[in-house]
Amino acid sequence: MSELSAIGVDVGSTSWKAVVIDSTGTIRESLVMATHPVIDKQTREGLEKLCQMANITKKLPIGATGYGRKKVEATRALTEITCHARGAASLAGKEGTLIDIGGQDTKVIRFAKDGKVEDFAMNDKCAAGTGRFLEVLLNRLQVPYDEVTEMVAQTDRAVPVSSTCTVFAESEVISLVSEGESVPAILNGVHHSLAFRVSSLLGRQGQDRQLFMSGGVALNEAMAAMLTRSLEKSVMVLPQPQLVGALGAALSVL
Amino acid sequence: MITRRVQYEVVKRAVAPIVTNFETWQKRTKRLLKGKKSKPPFGPPLESVQKLKSLMTRHYLEGRYADGAVPVAWVTSGFPVEILRAMGFHTVYPENHAALCGVQRLVPDLSSAAEEAGYSRSLCSYARTDIGSVLTGNTPVGRLPKPDILACCTNICQTVLYWYRSLANEFGVPLVLIDTPFVYRKMRQHDASYVGDQIKELIAAAEKVTGKRFSTEKLVEVLSLSTESTRLWGECLEASRSKPAPWTGIDGFFHIAPIVTMRGSHACNAYYRHLRDELQHRAKNGIGGIVKEKHRLLWDNLPIWFGVRDLSNQLAQNDFNIVVTTYTNAWAEAGRRMDPKRPYESINEAYTRVLLNENLEARLELMSRLCKEYSVDGVLLHSDRSCKPYSVGQVDIKDQLAKKLGVKVLLLEADHNDPRAFAQEQASNRLQAFMESFE
Repeated sequence: MSELSAIGVDVGSTSWKAVVIDSTGTIRESLVMATHPVIDKQTREGLEKLCQMANITKKLPIGATGYGRKKVEATRALTEITCHARGAASLAGKEGTLIDIGGQDTKVIRFAKDGKVEDFAMNDKCAAGTGRFLEVLLNRLQVPYDEVTEMVAQTDRAVPVSSTCTVFAESEVISLVSEGESVPAILNGVHHSLAFRVSSLLGRQGQDRQLFMSGGVALNEAMAAMLTRSLEKSVMVLPQPQLVGALGAALSVL
Repeated sequence: MITRRVQYEVVKRAVAPIVTNFETWQKRTKRLLKGKKSKPPFGPPLESVQKLKSLMTRHYLEGRYADGAVPVAWVTSGFPVEILRAMGFHTVYPENHAALCGVQRLVPDLSSAAEEAGYSRSLCSYARTDIGSVLTGNTPVGRLPKPDILACCTNICQTVLYWYRSLANEFGVPLVLIDTPFVYRKMRQHDASYVGDQIKELIAAAEKVTGKRFSTEKLVEVLSLSTESTRLWGECLEASRSKPAPWTGIDGFFHIAPIVTMRGSHACNAYYRHLRDELQHRAKNGIGGIVKEKHRLLWDNLPIWFGVRDLSNQLAQNDFNIVVTTYTNAWAEAGRRMDPKRPYESINEAYTRVLLNENLEARLELMSRLCKEYSVDGVLLHSDRSCKPYSVGQVDIKDQLAKKLGVKVLLLEADHNDPRAFAQEQASNRLQAFMESFE
């Protein structure tokens, strides 16, 4: 078995992710936690735990990414755009366009086979179309995250959620619930709204490329299915989609 | 009137030079004591900066005493100012003043005052800043002289018309308008007649305010100076075709002030002669605006005035330099169409065919030319929330530049003057990712 060679840490707005990779770039161990406000302390403790889990005794190079990357004592710190492209290219084994729906932002990254960023677009200064949008509305509907896929599958009917602003959409959902709309139909509408935002962000970037998906929201199968339907193009969810950025960070110091 | 005129002349000829010379002397002494060193990642500072500060301090100092002494006009940046200059007007540029407020981070307060008075937050942040300053009397330059006339040209946008109408209402003074038809491929005869008629109306209005007869001879004299101003400014910018560029595009944003506010004056030309010589000397001797220039960028749109320092640092720390901007270049382009031998016709054409009044094809052509002339390998398109005419079409420009020239292009969302419409962390993260993509 190849030797453990590098660590990647992705400190996102919602989750703290870390991976250990071997010399072939394969993820051998990983750890995901909710992001703590004191990032440096969390990272020190998290990495200690990860090293114990992977039986790492020697010092390995650390690549850091995400909004909290500056707080990580790393060999190299790169933006999540660069790292997601590297991670996605390594997992896909070819060029493509990645849709990453994270907690705070949604990114569309056109990447080359070698993992270089060719172009990218991100959501504006607003939480519309991000994981936070979904999280807020799920909270309001009192639907646990692991039941979303099943619940969306219960109906084909989607109640339009017209507002793309997270705060206004929440008010809209409250009105819909009080009007007696069924939760699965509202949830379906929420997914439609999110898919619409992503497709407008995608614009012309993904027309000629295979589409991939990463980020915590990709764990929700209903979202990937909705994107595939709305974009009329298959969207492939990368394995361990939450770890793509951390993988890219680890690859950058390999 | 006479007392005011004496006061103005004393300030102009004696007080302003003494104050500014003293400031220059103070700063030079401090620098000598500290030693003139570059602060990496930046190259040695430009000597001309002190002269620029003196020139602009003097301009605004004179302005404090101008009203009541000489006729005063408030004008838009793209107004054919040569007509007013030929009649002895002191000119105030609200856009330049707003930018000054932006750099000093005074905009949230001033803009809030305008918003409280009912002006929408969706309006241009220059307009809100300026209107806020007029309503509150707050300004970083001490005092702006009250206008006798407001002079507005729609070659940069339509907002100026409504902005200046509000000012006309506030001050109770006449507003003159030069409305320039949009140029699609070439300027048509009836476009020229339409603008020409308005120039005649402008002259009549200026004669009425000043009580003087307009002199074509004087206009030719001012236009000759103005042509030289823009030529000299062009030469300053062209120095950046050298590798490394002798200054940064951010420096250029600041050194633009005299060409905007004082073109057509001896003081403006003397300043740019000095700056050009310094830049050419630096270029010849390989002295760069930044120490290590690895990548050269083109900037499109207005600067983010409140954020230029952060932008400048981030770029320089990563060995990137903005070597050309469509914004600063616009004032060099205009001069190429001015011709003192055809004063009226050439003013008409020069001010109608400005960057923002021509179609997307012309803009794309210009940007492609600049990319080649300045050996640019990346483009930053500032999508400016406050300046729609400048920002519209940037998505197509991005695609076309990437396709035709193979340069990397980033669309950066911000605002030229209002920090409340700007997300620093997101913007800097996008810029960082863009720079990483060059590795």
